Amino acid sequence: MADHSPSDARRIPRPDTRQHGLVASRWHRLSIKQKQVVWAWAFLAIPIVFYTVVRFYPTANAFVLSFQEWNLLGPRVWVGFDNYVDLWNDPVFWQVFVNTFEYLLIGTPISLVISFFIAYHLDKVRFMHGTIRALYFLPFMTSAVAMAWVWRWFYQPVPIGVFNNFLAGFGISQIPFLQSTTIALPAVLAPAVWAGLGFQIIIFMAGLRAIPQTYYEAARVDGVSNWTMLWEITLPLLKPTLVFLVVFSSIGFLRIFDHVFNMTTNNPGGPLNSTKPLVLMIYETAFGGRSQMGAAAAQTVVLFTILLVVSLVQLRILRDR
Amino acid sequence: MAVADDIRIKASSESLLRSDQPRPPRDYAQFIRWALLFAGGLVMVMPLVYMISTSLKYSFEVYNLNLIPEEPTLDNYTYVLADGRFFTWFINSLVIASLTTISTLIFDSLVGYVLCKFKFRGRYIVFIAILSTLMIPTEMLIIPWYMMSQNFGWLDSYWGIMFPGLMTAFGVFLMKQFFETVPDDFLEAARIDGLNELQIWWSVAMPLVKPALAALAIFVFLGNWTAFIWPLIATTTTSLYTLPVGLSSFGDEADVAWELIMTGAAISTLPTLVFFLVFQRFIIRGVVMAGLKG
Repeated sequence: MADHSPSDARRIPRPDTRQHGLVASRWHRLSIKQKQVVWAWAFLAIPIVFYTVVRFYPTANAFVLSFQEWNLLGPRVWVGFDNYVDLWNDPVFWQVFVNTFEYLLIGTPISLVISFFIAYHLDKVRFMHGTIRALYFLPFMTSAVAMAWVWRWFYQPVPIGVFNNFLAGFGISQIPFLQSTTIALPAVLAPAVWAGLGFQIIIFMAGLRAIPQTYYEAARVDGVSNWTMLWEITLPLLKPTLVFLVVFSSIGFLRIFDHVFNMTTNNPGGPLNSTKPLVLMIYETAFGGRSQMGAAAAQTVVLFTILLVVSLVQLRILRDR
Repeated sequence: MAVADDIRIKASSESLLRSDQPRPPRDYAQFIRWALLFAGGLVMVMPLVYMISTSLKYSFEVYNLNLIPEEPTLDNYTYVLADGRFFTWFINSLVIASLTTISTLIFDSLVGYVLCKFKFRGRYIVFIAILSTLMIPTEMLIIPWYMMSQNFGWLDSYWGIMFPGLMTAFGVFLMKQFFETVPDDFLEAARIDGLNELQIWWSVAMPLVKPALAALAIFVFLGNWTAFIWPLIATTTTSLYTLPVGLSSFGDEADVAWELIMTGAAISTLPTLVFFLVFQRFIIRGVVMAGLKG
């Protein structure tokens, strides 16, 4: 390929000669439109390779692998729907399934109500507006892993944990935050809600700003109460923002992993799997020692389906109203 | 008529007030609103304050919940940084997040530009194809990525950690939206001046979408700086951990030495916090821009 045959030499365009090389002369014969097409595909070449190799092929691979059994070493064996059937019959999966939806059903409404409440009022405050906004936004700039450890410390029993120390100060009995099968899940969820509030508040406030003041002025002329204005003007006009935040935060809560993993490292997803979300189950199945890649792939397909269905249902419901 | 005018004046003066310079709260209700919001804001940053304050305490003082250490010390920082692991992880995170951000900015804007400004057959299909990858959760791809990395020997390397994030569909979408605001005349003029398409993209179109590039950069950098699950899987050598992965393993190892764990958490959090405090307005504008257009 690299040998310098005369034909190769001719292909290199030389600026000092009148005779252009083969490629160069072809290039000059193209119309501007055709040149644009060549440029476009040249620009897209690397991205197309990337999306094919790093996005589409792996996606297809995950689907295929979900019908196979493979432990990373031996051959991949076709097993049909066995992985899915096993999952269906696995009681742990159903607990994980319920947990995952608990994260969604507790996390999304609570975080949206709090963030809307704060955004609504913060929008009406001018004094130190930027500072207060920064206070609410700061947690968004943190890493989930670091904050999981901070909150894990907060949740420790007396005399270590901040919360229990605080409660003890009021003579309230201790709460075994991370040891109780009922309290652990909300306790793990709390830092995730906390860290996401800032983003939601900022987006809500941008949405509120976009509502034309004339609506409020007109309503005020009609003597409408603040409460009615909120329900009849603000919320309906805020719907696009609301739809975006509902879908966006729901996807986030359904995919929760960092917080759970780091707050329960001694017993991931514990106690008794009561905090285990689907992503943690996937991680353990694939990388937790037994390398059941096929089974894990089937779980990722389930996750994909859940995300897709939840998003579509939410869009349906919220758009129609 | 007079009443209507009155109302109009009142309304417009109120709307003026709304966007006016900062001024102290006017009435009682407004003051309560302000005070509660401010108190809520202080509660929000409490975990961060506790993290920093505890990282400055000796171990015997950790159980005192006072916010200001009686004997402030940097011993924890010297101890945690002494063996160089946190320093290595910090550098790893910095290099990986920076390179990924640069790659994402270049390729996302290039693809967004092409899909926005070039008319050619197949452009719609390419756009839809790229956008469709937004629906695929990362968790679904980590297993195939792991298999790929194993085959190619990419595990335990910067490249192995970085390759999945070198381009994002979100960024393509965002940049395409913003290139719509660049007038075609500008590009046409540059074409007549004899610039080639690469030069037009880089020196004419790109400077016009700087705000969008900045917004994308913030999101991508923050996302990579805090990324956990893929770096956790892609690395097994301690010296190649990123900060979150390193902190997670350090937390397990330090067990109940909370002042040390808080120091590690502070080291991995403070850079982004400081960055935010310095560029606050700019970052919030970027977040809104990316959030609403994306």
